[in-house]
Amino acid sequence: MKLDARIPSGPIEKKWEKCRFEMKLVNPANKRKFSVIVVGTGLAGGSAAATMGELGYNVKAFCFQDSPRRAHSIAAQGGINAAKNYQNDGDSIYRLFYDTVKGGDFRAREANVYRLAEISVNIIDQCVAQGVPFAREYGGLLANRSFGGAQVSRTFYARGQTGQQLLLGCYQALERQVQSGRVTMYPRHEMLELILIDGKARGIVTRNLVTGQIESHIADAVVLATGGYGNVFYLSTNAKGSNATAIWRAHRKGALFANPCFTQIHPTCIPVSGDYQSKLTLMSESLRNDGRIWVPQQKGDKRKPSQIPEGERDYYLERRYPSFGNLVPRDVASRAAKGACDEGRGVGETGLGVYLDFGDAIRRLGKGVVAERYGNLFEMYERITGEDPYSVPMRIFPAIHYTMGGLWVDYRLQSTIPGLFVIGEANFSDHGANRLGASALMQGLADGYFVLPYTIGDYLASTKLDKVDASHADARAAQNEANAQVKKLLGVQGKRTVDSFHREMGKMMWDECGMSRNAKGLEKAIGHIAALEQEFWKDVKVIGAGEELNQSLEKAGRLADFFELAQLMCRDALERQESCGGHFREEYQTPEGEAMRDDDDFCYAAAWEYKGPGKKHELHKESLSFEYVHLAQRSYK
Amino acid sequence: MKLTLHIWRQKNASSAGKMVRYETDASEHMSFLEMLDVLNERLIAQGEEPVAFDHDCREGICGSCGFVINGVAHGPLPSTTVCQLHMRHFKDGDELYLEPWRAAAFPVIKDLVVDRSAFDRIIAAGGYISVSTGSAVDANALPVRKKDSDMAMDAAQCIGCGACVAACPNASASLFMSAKISHLGLLPQGQPERMERALNMVAAANEELFGSCTNIGECEAVCPKGIRLEFIARMNRDFLKASWTFRADRVEGD
Ligand SMILES: Cc1cc2nc3c(=O)[nH]c(=O)nc-3n(C[C@H](O)[C@H](O)[C@H](O)COP(=O)(O)OP(=O)(O)OC[C@H]3O[C@@H](n4cnc5c(N)ncnc54)[C@H](O)[C@@H]3O)c2cc1C
Ligand code: SF4
Ligand code: FES
Repeated sequence: MKLDARIPSGPIEKKWEKCRFEMKLVNPANKRKFSVIVVGTGLAGGSAAATMGELGYNVKAFCFQDSPRRAHSIAAQGGINAAKNYQNDGDSIYRLFYDTVKGGDFRAREANVYRLAEISVNIIDQCVAQGVPFAREYGGLLANRSFGGAQVSRTFYARGQTGQQLLLGCYQALERQVQSGRVTMYPRHEMLELILIDGKARGIVTRNLVTGQIESHIADAVVLATGGYGNVFYLSTNAKGSNATAIWRAHRKGALFANPCFTQIHPTCIPVSGDYQSKLTLMSESLRNDGRIWVPQQKGDKRKPSQIPEGERDYYLERRYPSFGNLVPRDVASRAAKGACDEGRGVGETGLGVYLDFGDAIRRLGKGVVAERYGNLFEMYERITGEDPYSVPMRIFPAIHYTMGGLWVDYRLQSTIPGLFVIGEANFSDHGANRLGASALMQGLADGYFVLPYTIGDYLASTKLDKVDASHADARAAQNEANAQVKKLLGVQGKRTVDSFHREMGKMMWDECGMSRNAKGLEKAIGHIAALEQEFWKDVKVIGAGEELNQSLEKAGRLADFFELAQLMCRDALERQESCGGHFREEYQTPEGEAMRDDDDFCYAAAWEYKGPGKKHELHKESLSFEYVHLAQRSYK
Repeated sequence: MKLTLHIWRQKNASSAGKMVRYETDASEHMSFLEMLDVLNERLIAQGEEPVAFDHDCREGICGSCGFVINGVAHGPLPSTTVCQLHMRHFKDGDELYLEPWRAAAFPVIKDLVVDRSAFDRIIAAGGYISVSTGSAVDANALPVRKKDSDMAMDAAQCIGCGACVAACPNASASLFMSAKISHLGLLPQGQPERMERALNMVAAANEELFGSCTNIGECEAVCPKGIRLEFIARMNRDFLKASWTFRADRVEGD
């Protein structure tokens, strides 16, 4: 298979314009004759469905929650980047492009990233016009902050609820189209299969989560906007329902899966408190501006933090990275915390935590200033842990947060299946091996508002699509597959709950394919997960029937797909014999313990092809070239 | 700690439900939903159907979760969704009654899960600013007073959970609606459609089975996001003004 990214020729700042000019347009009167399915109504899917409705297409949108307003995007806190340069601090489209390519550790496609930076400014205009209440200055103009170590202030935010406000803007635009009749919304519906007819994506099979009915929906093109797969680890900052089923099912039907091992770990989350833990909560990264991170020098020191004298504490980030100190990037801070805990110096009941101490900040700035800066975060922490961070140091630990990998797409966001487009966190396109803070929201909205609605038009205008309906043999076959899977899950009638399997696999993934990886561990994980998967199919216990609301059944179906994806993630991590961005291979590090990239052998996107049940995936490579941002090594010493 | 739970069990929309008693153990560090997860794991092991409840983010922001604990929507802790409520606020031996939102407009789907799609239909009736993608002016072209923008944000924080409806003796959706009407009405971008918005959203709520507001204030007391009664006053002003003065554009020969 030859991977063609279809990157337009010409200088980088002209590529998108050129592409738009070259694409065929659908005659306005013809748009309503085309129907498009959008799976997912987060920032990516919601904005795409609303915009295509506005353009006049016939859109069917799906989500598994009870309302499109509840997609996981709602939980994003920090903000959204845009190269507006309102602060006059030297920002530009080129600088945002440069920072994103470099931040992604040179594993993203330059042309896509440039387009993202270019479109970022339109996103802010659009959102403000919709009524998104971004923070403002006293003069009435928009406020910005710097985020995630950027040297310019380009992040727009709405208190700590930026994702919520952006999603509500998008949801409202979507509901306007629902009212106009151009979008039909299917909440509480889960996509279980992709329908391919003549090699093109022509529809999906869904399960109505209330009645259990399995049905087919046919369209001229399908868009997947189903978010990331961080929940493969069981514990993550993702919403409980976030899953990989839609993209995995499409993968099994022929869409290549790119860079599955590129996952991001966030260093400041609230630690696990017990084995009943259901998810992890993120605490804003901004806390590291004033908090100091430490662990006891002694192994197994169980004294209260206040009883550990200054001389017996190890401020390990300040010690190892004197110039960046507590502000080293996410991946470096996360690995260092894991290292301290692996040595037996972790704190809290479980030993899986490090202190983030505001004692010095309170002495230096006063409690009032600290409260002003971090009051709401401290409150959130206290709500969850019952401890007061003004008097006891916070305990934090890294957690899985975001997945850079996803279905492979070309410049036009089309997967390797014609007519199947993938947008938002579900694709692999723009962040390379590491995503910068406040860039996921930007990408979701760029894809959904400004890229996909054009590129899908070109596909529809230039493709011959036969008239088909749900009675087509291939649609019926896909529906039978979905039915069979449900029956199979209900039929096992074993002894173990879905969650107990998921926890066990998640732990294995976290240990061997998490913050740092090595060949031995990855091989072990692949074997263990395959064995666990077999046990799952022999011993899982799903109560209830298929024809009703059945939350255990939903979870079981998602886990079945996570089992397969987890093995591919380990394969990909094993194959990539270098360290880059969020992927740290212990064998490939400098004597000081820093990541060592290998541009001669691994400057490519790994795109995996499914070869059938039980068969090994085949690797295809899209080689990456860097014409504008020159390859360089990161350093934080 | 040991707890006695009485949970509303109802197989589906058309069957009758009843309270069922369960004994369970919990640790004070668990969240309320984790306590239910543990109960569910045990029920599955015993071959019984687990308790169905809606949830997703478990961070108090998506608005999925919500049921009534001992008569209070989202439970005893103020400004807190049930997913953010922790067991340390309860004590050994407590007896807790868990019931779904009760309102004609929110029919029960199963156990603690209800159908809140009426809220989406209210938003579809006018809870937006009509601005198609690509037609926006520069974001800083229109300054907004910080005070207005801050207050719009206060209103915009509503998570659409439905606790206000569940707590209201009239099952009114006023607090929910007023949050959206105030959010958009406080911003310059929201002015052109302000009158239609109030009229259309209120009309949509009347078509659903929500009651009307008689200023009781139970909604504000249970709202996890601090949406204030003051916004209902704003909505009423817009609605009254619109009803008296607003005429829908009817252009002859259009
Ligand atoms: C705690 C947290 C904080 C974050 N903060 C920031 C931030 O400050 N800035 C930033 O830029 N990024 C942030 N991110 C990342 C960002 O929020 C996400 O990457 C982004 O919102 C993903 O959007 P999406 O539209 O691709 O997918 P999602 O919002 O995850 O939406 C997925 C949609 O797909 C649907 N779906 C999924 N599977 C199926 C299926 N099988 N059938 C039917 N429907 C399905 C769901 O119902 C949902 O509607 C944060 C992430 C987390 C976890
Ligand atoms: S107003 Fe408050 S209680 Fe009502 S839906 Fe909104 S957040 Fe929930
Ligand atoms: S689960 Fe999202 S608000 Fe409670």
